[in-house]
Amino acid sequence: MPGLFAYLVVAALLFVIGVFGVLTRRNAVGILLGIELMLNAVNINLVAFARLHGDPVGLLFAMFTIAITVAEVAVGLAIVIVIFRVRRTIDADRLDLLRG
Amino acid sequence: MASALIVLALPFGAFLLLALVPPLRRRGTVAGWLSILAMAGAFAAALSTWLGDARGSVVVPWLPGDGGPMATVGLLVDGLSAPMLVLVTLVSLLVQIYSLAYLHDEPAPSLGRYYVYQSLFAFSMLGLVLSPTYLQMFVFWELVGLCSYLLIGFWYTRPAAARAAVKAFWTTKLGDLGFIAGIVMLWSATGTFEFDALFRMAKDQTLPVDGLATIMFLIYLGAVGKSAQFPLHVWLPDAMEGPTPVSALIHAATMVTAGVFLVARSEPLFVLVPGVLALIATVGALTALLAATMACVESDIKRVLAYSTVSQLGYMMAAAGAGASEAGFFHLLTHGVFKALLFLGAGAVIHAVGTNDIFRMGGLWRVMPQTGLVFIVGTLALAGVWPLAGFFSKEEVLAGVWAGGRPGVFVVLAVTALLTAFYMFRVVFITFFGHGHPHGEAHPHDPPWLMRGPLWLLAILTVAIGLRFALGGAGEHHPPVWLTALSLALAGTGIALAWAMYKARWLPVEVVQRPLAPIEFLARRRYFLDAIYGAIYRGALLGFSRLVGFVDRYLVDGLLNVASAWSLRAGDVLRRIQTGQAQDYVYGVAFGVLVLLAWAQWWRMP
Repeated sequence: MPGLFAYLVVAALLFVIGVFGVLTRRNAVGILLGIELMLNAVNINLVAFARLHGDPVGLLFAMFTIAITVAEVAVGLAIVIVIFRVRRTIDADRLDLLRG
Repeated sequence: MASALIVLALPFGAFLLLALVPPLRRRGTVAGWLSILAMAGAFAAALSTWLGDARGSVVVPWLPGDGGPMATVGLLVDGLSAPMLVLVTLVSLLVQIYSLAYLHDEPAPSLGRYYVYQSLFAFSMLGLVLSPTYLQMFVFWELVGLCSYLLIGFWYTRPAAARAAVKAFWTTKLGDLGFIAGIVMLWSATGTFEFDALFRMAKDQTLPVDGLATIMFLIYLGAVGKSAQFPLHVWLPDAMEGPTPVSALIHAATMVTAGVFLVARSEPLFVLVPGVLALIATVGALTALLAATMACVESDIKRVLAYSTVSQLGYMMAAAGAGASEAGFFHLLTHGVFKALLFLGAGAVIHAVGTNDIFRMGGLWRVMPQTGLVFIVGTLALAGVWPLAGFFSKEEVLAGVWAGGRPGVFVVLAVTALLTAFYMFRVVFITFFGHGHPHGEAHPHDPPWLMRGPLWLLAILTVAIGLRFALGGAGEHHPPVWLTALSLALAGTGIALAWAMYKARWLPVEVVQRPLAPIEFLARRRYFLDAIYGAIYRGALLGFSRLVGFVDRYLVDGLLNVASAWSLRAGDVLRRIQTGQAQDYVYGVAFGVLVLLAWAQWWRMP
């Protein structure tokens, strides 16, 4: 069984891949997917530490996160759909209404 | 005492009534008659005060202080204030009657306003005369100055009048600053404002004052401003922008003599400081001479009279400075009568002709003989011709100055006497006997009786006072015969010179003018005093304004402008980092997290 370090490396890689996706994707759906990856990296960490300490609360938190992620994706996709209906695009470069 | 209080109360009552009851004031003539009625009562009371033998003072506490009142108010009737009361009430009364006709073209509310001012002025002047303390005198002194301002600027829509009013106010205030400073210094040294107490101390040589000379000099400054002494005389000629009756009352007969009155009143203190007295005499003589030369080249009839007033005030001051303040006061009284007469006469002429310029008059003797006659009576009195009032007072002034041991002042005053006769008869010959210039549309004629009455009364008084002294001898003072001869000769020479130059015309004006060209040049430009004051005023005020403007514009505003400019620029720079794109913000967050991580890992290492 691989040690804690391996889990953490995987989680870190997953998280960085998610950040990379969020930063580089121009498609709003792609950005949402990146966020999803980041959240799951955190889940891996939670589970790994729960296992290390033998404490089920960490598992509980992972379940929580999964539930909240579902809700977040639902809201995020809904927003993306509304934006598409209004602006006829979901290209993040062109969504700059807050430009100063 | 009661009658003195009535003298004071009647004009004040009239003032309150007119000022507080607008319907009364707006009905101009009614207001006028009310004021005149009050003035007539005051005159009667003043006469009874003068003739009665109630002399002395009444004071009541005013400002409370530790151990007795700090200041008192009251009434003081003595040999100085009693005749002054009669003069003020008499001239006020006649001027108010005269004004009713002189200002009949004035709209009713405006006329009412005029009488409000007149009543207030009479009250203030009488209060000044009756003051038993310096403080009360100062209060009324300022009130009188206020009335002068209001009346000079009576036609306030005329820019010249408004300017003249402000100028008079400012110039006299300059002297008043000295006056109040002197009073306060005197009070802080002695603890009292009362004349009685101060004079008693002065007599017993127990005045606990260091630097009395400074104090008396400061008090004298007040008199310099009010009595138009050199170098603060510049306001008086400009004050002629007011209605002519105002000039007669305030700027000839009464208010301007307040300075002389002050010096005469304070004589027991002034005699302790011979240096200041010498200054008073010298400045008085200088004023008399300068004003007389300016009068010789002036072509505005009222301004000639104004300069002659300044000149005569110089006479009075010189007498007071030479230690003959009763002679100066005597001249004040007679001068008040005949100068009022001259001004009212000039007013009648101006009223008839519609101009102040003597060279646009001429030949008025034929059309207004009564005015001409009374004007000549006044002129003779001012020139100092026997047996009119002016002769005796002027002679007494000259005798007093001579006896006071000031030959320099005496010579200057003697020359001034000659000039006085000359410039007054210059006006008479040009105005009344010159070639009949076309008077345009106007048909000059003698004024209505409302104006003629006061004129005749003053003329008769001028003659009567003179005759009284001619028959009864000039009191206990018997001036030397050579002095009488000299003053008559001076007056005669002046008149003859004016006659030769302006009536007979066998002495061309140019012949006299040429050798005197430098003086004429200076006199025509009023010795550049107005220009100098203008320059100082502009230099000081505008210079200071520029400094303030610079500070405001470049320091205060500049600071704010720099702050706002930098805010704008900073905002402009900062605006650019707000791209509105969510991913850029995420970059920021990620970078921030990295920084925090780095900080936590390395910089915070113990």
